[in-house]
Amino acid sequence: MKTTEILVVGGGPAGLSAAIEAASLGCDVVLMDSDLKLGGQLIKQTHKFFGSREEFAGTRGFEIGNLLFDEVEKYKKEGKLEIFSNTTVTGYYKEDGIVSYTIGEETYDLIKPQRIVMATGAQEKRIAFPNNDLPGVYGAGAVQTLMNVYGVAPGEKVLMIGAGNIGLIVSYQLMQAGVKVAGIVEAMPRIGGYWVHAAKIRRLGVPIYLQHTITEALGDKVIEGAVIQEIDNTFKLVGEPMKIDCDTICMAIGLTPTCELLWSAGCEMKFVPQLCGYVARRDAMMRTSHPDIWVAGDAAGIEEASAAMVEGRIAGLAAAASLKPEGCQMLKEKSTDYLKRLENLRAGETGAKIRCGLEQVCCECWG
Amino acid sequence: MTDKERDNVVCRCEEVTLGEIQDWIDRGYDTFEELKRVLRVGMGPCQGRGCRDIILREIAKRTGKKFDEIDPGTVRPPTKPIKLGIIGGREKK
Repeated sequence: MKTTEILVVGGGPAGLSAAIEAASLGCDVVLMDSDLKLGGQLIKQTHKFFGSREEFAGTRGFEIGNLLFDEVEKYKKEGKLEIFSNTTVTGYYKEDGIVSYTIGEETYDLIKPQRIVMATGAQEKRIAFPNNDLPGVYGAGAVQTLMNVYGVAPGEKVLMIGAGNIGLIVSYQLMQAGVKVAGIVEAMPRIGGYWVHAAKIRRLGVPIYLQHTITEALGDKVIEGAVIQEIDNTFKLVGEPMKIDCDTICMAIGLTPTCELLWSAGCEMKFVPQLCGYVARRDAMMRTSHPDIWVAGDAAGIEEASAAMVEGRIAGLAAAASLKPEGCQMLKEKSTDYLKRLENLRAGETGAKIRCGLEQVCCECWG
Repeated sequence: MTDKERDNVVCRCEEVTLGEIQDWIDRGYDTFEELKRVLRVGMGPCQGRGCRDIILREIAKRTGKKFDEIDPGTVRPPTKPIKLGIIGGREKK
């Protein structure tokens, strides 16, 4: 059976950062990612990042991906980092710490790592409404993948559900790709995303329907329209139903952490609404209640890619230092800086929700 | 709740509707594990990634419990469907 010192599950911003740090301490690292191409969400993000200079504010997401790929390449050449793409980790068996994975659909194998960093990212939330199973109903992530990775327009006229950052950014990108956006529907009385994104949309004349919800998709075989309606503060329907002309419905309701492997590993889990779902309890170095498992990025709670990269660096470094006593000094020095960078990213009003969520799952250290 | 809403497909993989789920919750099958056994929800290709949240919310709503009081069920490998042949050691072509 294949063995490795560190296994990183997921090759998005968190996983790539973790793998780079672990390899920099001299560990043998294997990184597995279910997609054909590494980078997670970064490769489809054509917008410029906010956040901080250290985390590449002002740089477009896919360019940040390229910077990480350069670092990955370096450790690959040195033989410290092995990449498995198109590879899904299908199970963690806590009895013996063995991990199963498939490459494509035809190869199944096992690997025994000494330490694991789970950077499995997030999955999209859905809401149920009549005809939501018709072709033409997409998650926002799927639309972004179609457009920005494969160059395929999802439709001609899109109704966006959700005015958080994802809904706003994907709406703008749809328009950049020449797709019409019929409107954005948001259940809350205010826009969830940044004003600068919302302003761009409004300047292009796209209506944002606050305190509205989708009540039905129209169509027989494919989407031929949608019905939306106003709701009050208790989410009860008020006002008159309104028909929207569209051939695609894109749901940007929100994300929730992907944590199946953490559950099967028996990690202590907690439901934290501010982090958008069940997440693993962890210490400041991102170690879970399972002594061999670390967590980072959206899998640890939904946040932005900037924070995911720093968490990944901390987790990768800490997992590596647990195997290399000579790395402990390095961990001490670097983690002080990384923790400060996280604190900066989470400062102010926009970080309040995250800070409140983290208070509920972070512990000083495991006893 | 209109008939249309009862026909909402909640588990797309196994084509289970909101109405069916509500009926079984009202019969006392008010955990995800029980609903999985009677309706196969969450047992298709996506392994509950699409429907688990919606179903847990529906259970919470109908039983008056808080969301985090509902047992979210046990996660078992594999995380995605894999062909039996490849774990059974079928020779590679």
